[in-house]
Amino acid sequence: MKAFAELLDRLSLTASRNAKLTLVRDYLRQTPDPDRGWALAALTGELSFDAAKPAFIRKAVEARMDPQLFAWSYDYVGDLAETVALVWPARPGANREPQLSEVVDALRGATRPEVQRLIEGWLDALQPTGRWALLKLMTGGLRVGLTARLAKRAVADMGAEPVPAVEIEELWHALHPPYEDLFAWLEGHGERPSSDNPGRFRPAMLAQALDEAVDFGKLDPADYSAEWKWDGIRVQAVNEGGVRRLYTRTGDDISKGFPDVVDALTAEGSIDGELLVMRDGRIASFGDLQQRLNRKSVDAKLLAKFPAGIRAYDLLAEGPEDTRPLPFAERRRRLEAFVAREQSDRIDLSPIQPFATWAELTALRANPPAGDPQVSEGLMLKRLDSIYEAGRPKGPWFKWKRDPLLIDAVLMYAQRGHGKRSSFYSDYTFGVWTEDDAGQRVLTPVGKAYFGFTDEELKQIDKFVRDNTLERFGPVRSVRAEPHHGLVFEVAFEGLQRSTRHKSGVAMRFPRINRLRWDKPPGEADALSTLERMLAAQ
Amino acid sequence: MSYIRLLMIRPQDLLCPKPEGLYCPPGDFYIDPVRPVARAVITHGHADHARAGHGAVLATPQTLDIMGERYGLDFAQTVQAGAYGEKFARDDVEVTLVPAGHVLGSAQAVVRWKGLTMVVSGDYKRRRDPTCPAFEPIPCDVFISEATFGLPVFRHPDDREEIARLLRSVAQFPERSHLVGAYALGKAQRIIRLLREAGWDRPIHVHGALERLNALYERHGIDLGPLEPATTGKKPDFAGQIVIAPPSATQDRWSRRFPDPVTAFASGWMQVRARARQRGVELPLVISDHADWDELTATVDELRPGELWITHGREEALARWAELHGVPARAMALVGYEEEDDD
Repeated sequence: MKAFAELLDRLSLTASRNAKLTLVRDYLRQTPDPDRGWALAALTGELSFDAAKPAFIRKAVEARMDPQLFAWSYDYVGDLAETVALVWPARPGANREPQLSEVVDALRGATRPEVQRLIEGWLDALQPTGRWALLKLMTGGLRVGLTARLAKRAVADMGAEPVPAVEIEELWHALHPPYEDLFAWLEGHGERPSSDNPGRFRPAMLAQALDEAVDFGKLDPADYSAEWKWDGIRVQAVNEGGVRRLYTRTGDDISKGFPDVVDALTAEGSIDGELLVMRDGRIASFGDLQQRLNRKSVDAKLLAKFPAGIRAYDLLAEGPEDTRPLPFAERRRRLEAFVAREQSDRIDLSPIQPFATWAELTALRANPPAGDPQVSEGLMLKRLDSIYEAGRPKGPWFKWKRDPLLIDAVLMYAQRGHGKRSSFYSDYTFGVWTEDDAGQRVLTPVGKAYFGFTDEELKQIDKFVRDNTLERFGPVRSVRAEPHHGLVFEVAFEGLQRSTRHKSGVAMRFPRINRLRWDKPPGEADALSTLERMLAAQ
Repeated sequence: MSYIRLLMIRPQDLLCPKPEGLYCPPGDFYIDPVRPVARAVITHGHADHARAGHGAVLATPQTLDIMGERYGLDFAQTVQAGAYGEKFARDDVEVTLVPAGHVLGSAQAVVRWKGLTMVVSGDYKRRRDPTCPAFEPIPCDVFISEATFGLPVFRHPDDREEIARLLRSVAQFPERSHLVGAYALGKAQRIIRLLREAGWDRPIHVHGALERLNALYERHGIDLGPLEPATTGKKPDFAGQIVIAPPSATQDRWSRRFPDPVTAFASGWMQVRARARQRGVELPLVISDHADWDELTATVDELRPGELWITHGREEALARWAELHGVPARAMALVGYEEEDDD
């Protein structure tokens, strides 16, 4: 547990990608089985426990110490797991630190009351960093700034002879923690584990952001195919040997939440596409799709109200054949035939948008035709000769997002951030002008944003908030926002939706601070009517 | 407490807070005054406790030496060196300096008057420190404690384990240099000593701001081993090396001379991850010269003073703990004492 705790501790404070790789690689080299395998499963998000909830931890600590002292401590630290790890009043007697594998075995097998008793004993035996790691592990989501992808990359580097990272990605879904066979192979004393696992995930190919100023000069439009970038989530649907699954682009299995989509793929193969709520072949808003996401189970009513489907754009396998080594143009031809044979209202094709010049494509992006393209996020460009290559290779695929919408809004409330921003007011609620019932011009909140600014700008805003505080409500401060005194943000966002939860009646998608307008008097910021017009124009 | 009542002497007649600092009316002196005064007792050499410009100063010989090094030899009109345990009379008040275990020369001020004993801890810690003698508990009617780390979240680990983590990182990243931020007085020398005890016998590179205090520690018999300036040498020469610098320098342009440095910081504040993140510290070393929560509460429990006064830091939590454990406590909220290493 100690080595694992030290690894998490260092990862959480290390920004450099290379240093993270070194930390994980060395850990895997130096730690025996099965601990290292469980650690890898935790780092890649393959472990989850539901035996211990944060509420229990809090109760356990408050039973052992003065709740006021705990409250002050929690206030100061700001993170529950970390606070408990530090303040835990250990009872003497426990002197043997648990092994990681011992913890995992117990959490997987034991009943809830048993687990709670075990956890208290482990907390007694561990040092603060060990306790912190244990609590992170138990409550899920390590959040140490390491993606599953990077962890797999470190695995690829762990042997005397590094293997390509995609090898690990390819094998991944046929493997099970604690991965003893994988480590044995990488360390040269075992066979390569078989990736031949029906219904497995195939690592996704990702696009780079297009830089129009640079890229158009270098690229030949005749080499590329264009299609709309749909506003859902990227998925992979597979049907192999009777196994049907639906994966996110990172390989999370979401089959249970989408039985309607899983059933739709009847032929053997694997397709890459966008998961969307579709009604009569037309795309519904992302908000509708959200009703279906993050659910462990669904009922008939939800399925009927928010019918989901796939807009397909690539074919990764057809029958027993791996189609990924084929060029995109060929895969596309076979995809079209495949989708046509399926004859499903749940699976349709992402249509190709013909163009001859970059200027033509630019015009298309600026003025999407009526219907689904209007709600797209922009365009995708794919090289006609590109093979399907896992990862984000430079050159074959580009995404070209629409320009964001912009408004000028006034800072109204600021909230303390978390983690490294815990001493800064870094989460901002902003508003635009409207009229109240008495006809007075007042600000109404329209959104919240906590990024888009630099560290230097954060310091400036933080100072402004502290110097212009009207009232405090716990971690939130209301800030002076008057026609001639206040701070205006230029806010960028991807779209608007009607919302009954927001007083203003509108909700923004993906809002962020685009620019600080220290030069602009708040009185000249935008009005709610501007947002209403934007909404009507969508 | 009963003893105090019996004598009808109130502790605040012996020591009371004033804007200049803690004042003793019957002895007419201040302890660690933050402004120039006629007579001062100085507990230790950190700049927020030891200031220049007083009339007469009583402090340990080491603390006087440190003040002379920092402010020049004319930092006060007259000085009196008080060895640990030696008794001094200030009118009919008796003052004794006893070890506080904070840094070289650090002392608690024991003040006695008409049968009443009050102890001003100054800054203190209860753990072993290879650079200064250990804190000596003195039974007293009133214990006046610091509370820099007066919250239950501050539980400093074993410093040897922290040094071992630093050395593991040096071995793991041989192509990078390790830049350790450490307060120039006390912390830097303690880190160097701890590294020597852990077997690191290679030269340690030090920032120029540490050189005079390092030399002073050496004069007082603390062997720091081979030290080299961090300014000579080319970038690749510092790969695999340990460099010690004042905390502010580790974020400064000064640090650009080192190859991809791992920024470490030795401080009790590093216990809280958000603090480490805010400062961009990649390797926090939880090593403090102050008492942590367990040491603060254990000291109060050991002394069981009639009253606990708390000078600076997080007073309310320690005061609450003391009240819950039957020791009347009072937060004084003295101003002018900075948080450790918050430079």
